[in-house]
Amino acid sequence: MAGFISWYPSKTDLKIPVISSQISCQDTVGSWKARWDFGRMSYIVPPGLYALGSPDENSHVVVTANYKMTYDLVRKALAGRDLWLLVLETYGINVWCAAGKGTFGTGELVRRVGAVRLSEIVTHRELILPLFGAAGVKGIEILRRCGFKVRFSTIRIEDLPEFLDRGKASGNVRELTFTAYERVILTPIELQTALRKAGPFLPLLFLAAGFFNGSFSLHHAVLALLAYFAAVISGAFISPLLLPWLPSPAFSIKGGVTGLVIGSFFSYLAGVVSPPLFAATTLMIAAFSSFLMLNFTGSTPYTSRSGVKKEMRWALPAQALCLVTGFITILIWRFL
Amino acid sequence: MKGFSYLKGVSTLALDRGICTGCRICTEVCPHNLFYVAGGKAEILDTDLCMECGACALNCPAKAITVDAGVGCASGMINEWLASFNIGKKSRTGCC
Repeated sequence: MAGFISWYPSKTDLKIPVISSQISCQDTVGSWKARWDFGRMSYIVPPGLYALGSPDENSHVVVTANYKMTYDLVRKALAGRDLWLLVLETYGINVWCAAGKGTFGTGELVRRVGAVRLSEIVTHRELILPLFGAAGVKGIEILRRCGFKVRFSTIRIEDLPEFLDRGKASGNVRELTFTAYERVILTPIELQTALRKAGPFLPLLFLAAGFFNGSFSLHHAVLALLAYFAAVISGAFISPLLLPWLPSPAFSIKGGVTGLVIGSFFSYLAGVVSPPLFAATTLMIAAFSSFLMLNFTGSTPYTSRSGVKKEMRWALPAQALCLVTGFITILIWRFL
Repeated sequence: MKGFSYLKGVSTLALDRGICTGCRICTEVCPHNLFYVAGGKAEILDTDLCMECGACALNCPAKAITVDAGVGCASGMINEWLASFNIGKKSRTGCC
């Protein structure tokens, strides 16, 4: 197990691992693999109680998820402190998504507090939860069912030490951000998903474009693949990066606008001279880019379910229409 | 949240001030700091900034807050929709 040092000299028969706050090279590599979606859904640590440093019966109990990247970030942020880490079974999902699904929830927290016999290990009755956990955990229910008072702390893990020291969150600790770095760090998973889901269709695209003029043309086949990659880069990387500066609050429009620019560039660089073909290629790249950017709504901390539903109702048909229009234009151009 | 806002006029967040007890729990759990208490009752700063996470409604002891909570995630909704037609992997009906 990552960070394991020894077993805690517990008075009970419970085995509590003492863990280190040091992050190894293997942990860093693991995090990057997870960010690129290699084994992400099974990147987990066992749920249960962990000892960080040398905690005693008065030490804080910090609750987190069993996604290995979350567990690593928490133990790293809390370096040099003596406290208990209560890891919930969220099936390898981060706190925010798990709270939305209910696995980082009231039932699991009550069960885990009981399973690790927390009331025998600490004398106080307080649990410190990440603020994003509030979407799944009902504080008053926890108090009623297991006698522990829930305190919702901070949004970011790195602000937790200050919360523990001051006993409360200061103004900016409670303020959500979505900086360029915070956006870019989320794009590998978008790129990977876009490429993986299209995987089975790429050879078809390659062949269809290659044989478009009858005899096989490697030039056309490669260009078609590059057009798809341009759409992926546009919708899954450039659009998230430029998110606050792109027009309209609707993600599909943001992705579409980037796609039109990238698509035009691509068509120009690819030497597409026929205006209908230029327009069709650009339109199809924009439609894909728009769809991929719409998917990025799930990675942001400010889009609402009702808003995404509303946007999907008109954006998905519009994207499909653009794709079909582009495709038919290419066919007409080819056969007329 | 500075510099970011999504579609306006769609949020389902609602507060019944009549039954609000002014306990301030909503001010502690909202990640967007959308609640404040005035005159012993909660007030919503701007419903358009709500991301419908549901933390306030879940934790409100008086049940004064309602919201159609859920994660605003297009791929998750598409997967749910496909799963309802038995298409795609059933084990991954969400976005993550």
